[in-house]
Amino acid sequence: MKMLSKLIKARETGIMIALVLVVVVATARNPTFLFSPDGFRDLLLTPSILLLLAVGQAIVIITRSVDLSVGSVLGLTAYLTGRLFIDLPGIPIIAVFLIGIVFGGLLGLINGALVAFAKVPALVITLGTLYAYRGINVLWTGSDRINGSDLPSAFLSLGTSSLFGIPWLTIIALVVLVAAGWFLRTQRAGRELYAIGSDPEAANLYGLKVTQRVLVAFIFSGALAGLAGVLYAARYGTVSSQAGVNLELQAVGAAVIGGVAIFGGSGTVWGAAIGAFLLLTINRALPILGVQDFWQRAVVGVLIIGAIVLDRVLAVRQSRKLLEMRDES
Amino acid sequence: MSNSTQPSAPTLELSRIAKTFGSVVALTNGTLALHPGSIHALVGENGAGKSTLVKIIAGLYQRDGGDFTLEGTTVDFTSTAQSKSAGTAVIYQEPTLFPDLSVTENIFMGRQPVKSLGQIDRKKMHTEALSLFERLGVRIDPDRPTQGLSIADQQIIEIAKAISLDAKVLVMDEPTAALSGVEVERLFAVARSLRDEGRALLFISHRFEEVFDLCDTVTIMRDGAYISTSAIADTSVDEIVRQMVGRDVASLFPKIDAPIGDEVLVVSGLTEPGEFHDISFSVRAGEIVALAGLVGAGRSEIARAIFGVDPYKSGTVTINGTRIPKRNPAAAMNLGLALVPEDRRRQGLVLESSVAKNATLAIRSTLAKFGFITSSVENASARTWANKLEVKASALDTEVGTLSGGNQQKVVLAKWLATNPSLLIVDEPTRGIDVGTKAEVHRLLSELAVEGLAIIMISSELPEVLGMADRVLVVHEGRITAEIDRADATAESVMFAATHAEVAS
Repeated sequence: MKMLSKLIKARETGIMIALVLVVVVATARNPTFLFSPDGFRDLLLTPSILLLLAVGQAIVIITRSVDLSVGSVLGLTAYLTGRLFIDLPGIPIIAVFLIGIVFGGLLGLINGALVAFAKVPALVITLGTLYAYRGINVLWTGSDRINGSDLPSAFLSLGTSSLFGIPWLTIIALVVLVAAGWFLRTQRAGRELYAIGSDPEAANLYGLKVTQRVLVAFIFSGALAGLAGVLYAARYGTVSSQAGVNLELQAVGAAVIGGVAIFGGSGTVWGAAIGAFLLLTINRALPILGVQDFWQRAVVGVLIIGAIVLDRVLAVRQSRKLLEMRDES
Repeated sequence: MSNSTQPSAPTLELSRIAKTFGSVVALTNGTLALHPGSIHALVGENGAGKSTLVKIIAGLYQRDGGDFTLEGTTVDFTSTAQSKSAGTAVIYQEPTLFPDLSVTENIFMGRQPVKSLGQIDRKKMHTEALSLFERLGVRIDPDRPTQGLSIADQQIIEIAKAISLDAKVLVMDEPTAALSGVEVERLFAVARSLRDEGRALLFISHRFEEVFDLCDTVTIMRDGAYISTSAIADTSVDEIVRQMVGRDVASLFPKIDAPIGDEVLVVSGLTEPGEFHDISFSVRAGEIVALAGLVGAGRSEIARAIFGVDPYKSGTVTINGTRIPKRNPAAAMNLGLALVPEDRRRQGLVLESSVAKNATLAIRSTLAKFGFITSSVENASARTWANKLEVKASALDTEVGTLSGGNQQKVVLAKWLATNPSLLIVDEPTRGIDVGTKAEVHRLLSELAVEGLAIIMISSELPEVLGMADRVLVVHEGRITAEIDRADATAESVMFAATHAEVAS
């Protein structure tokens, strides 16, 4: 009973209901949206890469920072993936995954170190590295591009094939999601991320290792963007120097829509994941509903603003309720 | 439980602790011994070094010299985590909790009980929180977020945290400042039961009745140095006050006698619920009126309301016979009011800009020709004031942020004096300024008064109040509780009114 009332009240439930509504309405208009092998596959496959970025982003935002460089990290890792297969023929796929993750983690470490030690707001630092990483990418790639024919077929099929009807990409994303959710909920280090975002000054007085934790959050976000970059190469087969442009904004949007407070301290990766699903599913549903291209972007904007307004309203209501409780006691 | 002879070895002992921040000496001789099963009071004026001492115990600051032992062993805390794990707990006036997290999580953050795979044992944590609150005799829902809890409840959570850490030393830095009578009683009951468990408590307060009610020993500090320690039973409020303020005040700040002119400012019935009540006074030309009292008594709020920065509900403010409109600082400036705020770094200066720019900031519209300001006009105006105030900057284009505190204060003064005001309000004009420059700021204020300026000076430093003011208005909890003429103003009389210590009268 308590579980049920908690579930109803949870911030994530509202987003989930919105997602289900979108799917139901789109399917009613065009049954193939859900009830066709391709429709079902696309529903799961499309948001998977964004889901990884959104999970990383949520963790960083929870600590009251933001990581705007994830789109560029993804692009750089995706190109690195292609180059590894071209320059080192026969390299095991698992090694490419590991290299991609470690490389992304290193780029995240640069972000984190600049934020934690230079004491410059993450918004500025990661805006800088967004352009810096992209610049390196353009310098390295030039007008070159990775083509599907450059990549081993086993790797490419990973990007599109399924296990029991569920795409591999989605399975990987869900495993990461469950692990991150478990970490944030049950581990001391995970709870401390919330504490740091809730009140950094208090975290310092508590004797929490603030610098170290923030650093780890950025490494995590970078590593997930690295993983997403490898998967991006597997899924699309072609990688130019513009891979992943603007994805960081979608990742922040997904986290915010999913109820991760932009000032840190609250929200879950589950919410961010559902937010990623909602964002991309709406994008696919709107054309089916006959909504024009211009309005599709506006809808996403409304969604983000709506989520923030909803958060404010809920926060005000919550604090009023808590004040009443205090007066009664 | 405890007695005046203190036979046991001290749990915590500080001796001859020294601490300086740049050129500012915060502590010269911090000495304190806390014994198990005792509640020890630490009293002293604002700026006596109590907070610095507490922060050294907490591991926030590191001492420059002296000895710090905990249960007989010398300790050198370089972080709050070290101090905590060694068994100290500090409860600040404003508790520092995580508003988004539950009460339980706040208590156990960073050291939650864990089961397999390092998973936090939420059930165990919940049960322990409940039993802690039961032990403290309070009812707080352990699952609710701490956001919205009263200060009193937040302090209880801090105490629960300290107990669960099994802290041997508990420091409470002015815990009662924001509490109601009932809440103070509850806090004291908890403090006594902790004492009876054999813990050592340090209680910092400005309210002598509380010190005499709760504590068994009292240590007095003044100007960053230890003065005395005595058993509460062997001392009196008079004795404590005398030791707190006892020093030679007359020689420090020679005030020049200024001719007193007509009434410049008249404040009557100024009230803002929750901040200040029924504030009425007047200031004459050439007169320096001090607003004395404890930090947080509402003096800055009154000044800000007069200047029109903050709102007030009722009452009037007139300057030279003209009513100053509410909430309109620009109008107040035009009518001849100037306010030098307490936090000059944040409210009074543009640190990244030059001395000249800062000094002319308040008169930019009059300097401008066709909307443009040339740097020669700017420099000419700034030079006049910089010379007059003897600002020690190598050039007018020096960045203000690089100047010393005293010179920064002069630049702020220059900025306001350039508007040619008839009334100047200065809030803590010498806070954080070294002694030499302090005297210079005082000389300046005194000279300005001679020139006919009416001055309101807010100050928490008694010698400054006694040395500079023609009249002292003492503010206590948002009300003026005493008006004392220069001739009658003594450290004791001002301190009594400021602490409202009826015990002594």
